[in-house]
Amino acid sequence: MSITAPRPMDRAALAPVIARTPLARLRWAAADGWTVTLRGLTHWVREPGTLIGSLAFPVMMVLMFGYFFGGAMQVPGGGNYREFLVPGMFVMTMVFGMGETVTAVAADKNRGVTSRFRTMPMAPSAVVVGRAVTDMLSSLLALAVLFATGLAIGWEAHGTLGETTLAVGLLLLLRFALVWAGIYLGLLMKGPEGITMVQTLEFPIGFLTSAFVAPSTMPGWLGTIAEWNPLSSTVLAVRELFGNPGFGGDSWIAQHALLMAVVWPVVLCAVFFPLSVRRFRNLTS
Amino acid sequence: MDPTSTAVLAEGLRKRYGDRYALDGFDLRVPAGTVHGLLGPNGAGKTTSVGILSTLLKADGGRAEVAGHDVARQAAEVRASIGLVGQYAAVDEVLSGRQNLVMFGRLHHLSPAAARRRADELLEHFRLADTGKKPLKEYSGGMRRRLDLAASMVLAPPVLFLDEPTTGLDPRSRGEVWEAVRSLVDTGTTVLLTTQYLEEADQLADAVSVIDSGKVIAEGTPDELKSRIGGDRIDVVVRRADQLPAAAAALEQVCADRPDTDHDTRRISARVKDRTSALAGIVRALDAAGVAAEDIALRRPTLDEVFLHLTGTATATATGSGASGGTGDGAREAVAA
Repeated sequence: MSITAPRPMDRAALAPVIARTPLARLRWAAADGWTVTLRGLTHWVREPGTLIGSLAFPVMMVLMFGYFFGGAMQVPGGGNYREFLVPGMFVMTMVFGMGETVTAVAADKNRGVTSRFRTMPMAPSAVVVGRAVTDMLSSLLALAVLFATGLAIGWEAHGTLGETTLAVGLLLLLRFALVWAGIYLGLLMKGPEGITMVQTLEFPIGFLTSAFVAPSTMPGWLGTIAEWNPLSSTVLAVRELFGNPGFGGDSWIAQHALLMAVVWPVVLCAVFFPLSVRRFRNLTS
Repeated sequence: MDPTSTAVLAEGLRKRYGDRYALDGFDLRVPAGTVHGLLGPNGAGKTTSVGILSTLLKADGGRAEVAGHDVARQAAEVRASIGLVGQYAAVDEVLSGRQNLVMFGRLHHLSPAAARRRADELLEHFRLADTGKKPLKEYSGGMRRRLDLAASMVLAPPVLFLDEPTTGLDPRSRGEVWEAVRSLVDTGTTVLLTTQYLEEADQLADAVSVIDSGKVIAEGTPDELKSRIGGDRIDVVVRRADQLPAAAAALEQVCADRPDTDHDTRRISARVKDRTSALAGIVRALDAAGVAAEDIALRRPTLDEVFLHLTGTATATATGSGASGGTGDGAREAVAA
């Protein structure tokens, strides 16, 4: 075999662009972040199966829980179980989304793609910004699909437009916090075993909340853990904002769900954002 | 770049992990426009040194310059002047080859039109034009590696780091990668190549540094390096095991020192001084002793032998990998008996 003689483009056209002013850096950070986001969106087009799967999974869960188990469920304070369930599933969808973040980040790291990005003259932030934007868009899409499913099975957002918007905002805030947790966990992963573990742990962590049943029905100590699970605060807050049935309980944490649905994600961000940045900077491979 | 200038310079680099030094006073000087091989067993510090030179890792001591820029203080300038090809093909598996190159072009801050043009140019140069639209899942190992090389050449950087670029590739793909690397060197790119295969360094490198325990322990051209352990060796495989002593006696008359006999493979191996006269002498001596030889081969010392000599440790992967192992398929100049 022989390789054709190179006919490089005009060398001037290939001169490296190095951002030297803060404004130029910001402009390139935005442009590079968008390029990496486009990469994620191109994945949706080229391999729609993954996206469709992640959109269909919460729908399947809500139908299973609503119709297989729903008949046996008692909503605390009375009410339709499917109306109680759908806000819980919104939160679970955000948790399942974190699994996708972990998988994508770990795959890039283990294949050396992250290292390649880090040796390129691009904005280092673009790697995580692109990931975050792609995953937020994917979760927004999943929320829309689940929203429509909910409406089809008798769930409704009874609150005002402002309350509904606030509820969606709280869900996305939680997802944003889980992006950083996912990036950190993904950067820790050495192989596919860890990813399976994260995806398996999503279930006990998601079920140990007020998403599917009221913590008051669990053994005392377990119920307390479930109440203090950061996911529970978002579940209770969006249930309240959507005007769905389900009495959260008399405890302090249940009474301050709206406040804690903001505090918990901010705390998660404050922990995992610096951890992720540090881990990213100190990657050895 | 000025052809007489230094493309890669490392002075006393140190890098510590816990209480172990991965690099412990690592020095290197690679003249512009040359290919320099970095050879060493696993854990010798090859990947760590490339990591520091490519700005992935921070050194704990010493200094390094790449393309005239300090790796610690001018990381952005260094990144604009280098390409890195690591141990795995670091490309997006879902995108097509062309989509990969356009993305890397955009991330190197080419305009959309320039990124597309450059992608097509690179696909053609690395003979991937026919498959540019296919997803990478349908690529062979060699094609993936060539795309990996193409992705590191978006800006035609003056310095290219290749970290074990052919590990895990079949011989045909390995040849394709070597061909692609040579074509880059022809355009003036300086290459720093780490490898465990002496044959690979032999094929590509102008000069080689042998590294062990984080330090360079020997330097020179591949030929100089090999002659340091005593020149060529000859292997004779006899047809019947009972002829081994007679064959060993015949070899001893001609060779520089006592031959080693391996009964299991019916192989006798010895060091020779002058390769061509030794071969003729051995054929005559075996003939006279009435020994029927199945195979006679003159070969260069293998990587294992070089390492055993220089470091006292055999490389983990060289034996049995077929790339530079005991039978030395590439380095061998075989004579069928």
